[in-house]
Amino acid sequence: MTCVTATTATARSDKSPARGAWFLVLPALLPILLLSVGPLLYGIALAFTDAQSGRTEPTEWTGLLNFQDLARDTLFWESFRIGLVWAVAVTVPQFVLALGLALLLVQNLRFRWLARALAIVPWAMPEVVVGIMWRLVYHPDAGVLNETLGTDRDWLGSLSTALPAVIVVGIWARLPQVTVTLLAALANVPRELHEAAAVDGAGAWRRFRTVTWPAIRPVALAISALSLIWNINSFALVYVLTGGGPGGRTRLPMLFAYEEAFGYGQFGYAAAMGCVLVAVVSVLLALFLVGRLKGDDV
Amino acid sequence: MNRTAAVRRRRAARAGQYLALLGYLVFLAFPLLWLLSTAFKPPRELASPDPGWIPLDPTLDNFRQAFDEQPLLRAAANSLTASVAAAVITVVIATPMAYVMARNHRSPLSRAATGWVVVSQAFPFVLVIIPLFLVLKNLYLINSLSGLIMVYVVWSLPFALWMLAGYARAVPRELEEAAAVDGAGRLRVLVSVTMPLLAPGLVATALFAFITAWNEFFFALVLLKTPQKQTMPVILTHFIGAEGVADLGPLAAASLLATLPSLVLFAVIQRRITSGTLAGAVKS
Repeated sequence: MTCVTATTATARSDKSPARGAWFLVLPALLPILLLSVGPLLYGIALAFTDAQSGRTEPTEWTGLLNFQDLARDTLFWESFRIGLVWAVAVTVPQFVLALGLALLLVQNLRFRWLARALAIVPWAMPEVVVGIMWRLVYHPDAGVLNETLGTDRDWLGSLSTALPAVIVVGIWARLPQVTVTLLAALANVPRELHEAAAVDGAGAWRRFRTVTWPAIRPVALAISALSLIWNINSFALVYVLTGGGPGGRTRLPMLFAYEEAFGYGQFGYAAAMGCVLVAVVSVLLALFLVGRLKGDDV
Repeated sequence: MNRTAAVRRRRAARAGQYLALLGYLVFLAFPLLWLLSTAFKPPRELASPDPGWIPLDPTLDNFRQAFDEQPLLRAAANSLTASVAAAVITVVIATPMAYVMARNHRSPLSRAATGWVVVSQAFPFVLVIIPLFLVLKNLYLINSLSGLIMVYVVWSLPFALWMLAGYARAVPRELEEAAAVDGAGRLRVLVSVTMPLLAPGLVATALFAFITAWNEFFFALVLLKTPQKQTMPVILTHFIGAEGVADLGPLAAASLLATLPSLVLFAVIQRRITSGTLAGAVKS
């Protein structure tokens, strides 16, 4: 009896706003459909055409031609490889450093307020400014890096150091965001368990493995998946730092696609590149979701 | 004996922690300090073969010169227009939908919307910008702030919906029901009971949308063609190029100015955004 009343009650409360709901939902739903879902589908369709900017003949369907060209385009695969190196080399150290910093910040240390305050700044900065700032640091003549190390290098301009140099900037730029997220997760770690483990004589590493990590695992997984995806899609930072140079050493896939589309006007071809990136990101996202579901079972 | 060893070990651990913290502080702070220092250095010190951390003869000339070299005021006005408009429109159109999502969070619509929030985090904007560019071109909205504002609104909608739905869930349904029992109409309940409770959330979401738009670069780069229309981040990149050492001062000065608004606003809402991302990451 109670059960039945409960269900009818929820059914009713779920339904009663739903009558007027369309009117409430429409203002947000329309722009999403028109300017987000629509363009996404249109973009995928473009990948199968020979669309170019400023052309007079009508655009035609070309089937898989763009993808076949892409498969043979060594420049694209080089850029793709650089993109993967960049994404992994930024995300992994960033996560490790962020976890270290977050674990430090939950300790009762002096000056941790300073670290917390500092952590806000890079997060709030426009990416373009982060790029400009590091250009000043790396500047061959007036940069602080050469000054401190006593070297005379063109960090962003030489083939061997350009990619490592931009990777350091990538790590710096989102370190705070990952740290603060992990810090929030650490706040939920049960204190009593920690103390109990300490009383039982568990060392710091053991306590981390058995108490802390299980508690923060879902958040840790989520933020690293997100940050990997963000890094694959990243553009502004490297655009400002090197513009993809020298000799294409830092040309991330997004920069490549941007040049193709808005430098050479190859809309169809650039859209095909976009599709490949979407496919990669979707696979990652799927892996992440599977990982999360497994985590929930534990 | 054993005890002193333990104490000694704990002390060593503490010292190690402080050392690590110092390392982090240096890594986080040194580029910021260098930017700050460069912005106030006169050209003579910038060109010196032995540049120091602290400007010996601090000057504001770099700021003046930055305004002379590039249309910074125009750019700031453009950025402000785009960001304020995007923030206000986002909140106005997202709030009703977020409310519906919060009140029927098991309906297919809410599920689809939540799924969209997750997916939208993932998709490469290059695939969206080409069609958007073509569509906006047909509507004659290329090189116009209105076109950019439309894009910004759609871009911040998913996260705004997510944040707002969280705040709306926190408004107790009982309060609304009590007001309804007292004879208030549906609209009246929304306006005089729900909205005031939702206000802090609305402000936080608006500020978030503002910062997103203020900092955004890629769409602005593609959609805005002439300097009269361009926003702050795009104008900043005009300073870059084969810059001589003397131009670094104005570059740093302009960058500082471009950062200030988002920094101030971000300090206000940082906690809320953190809890927002976290809630999203865990519950979704």
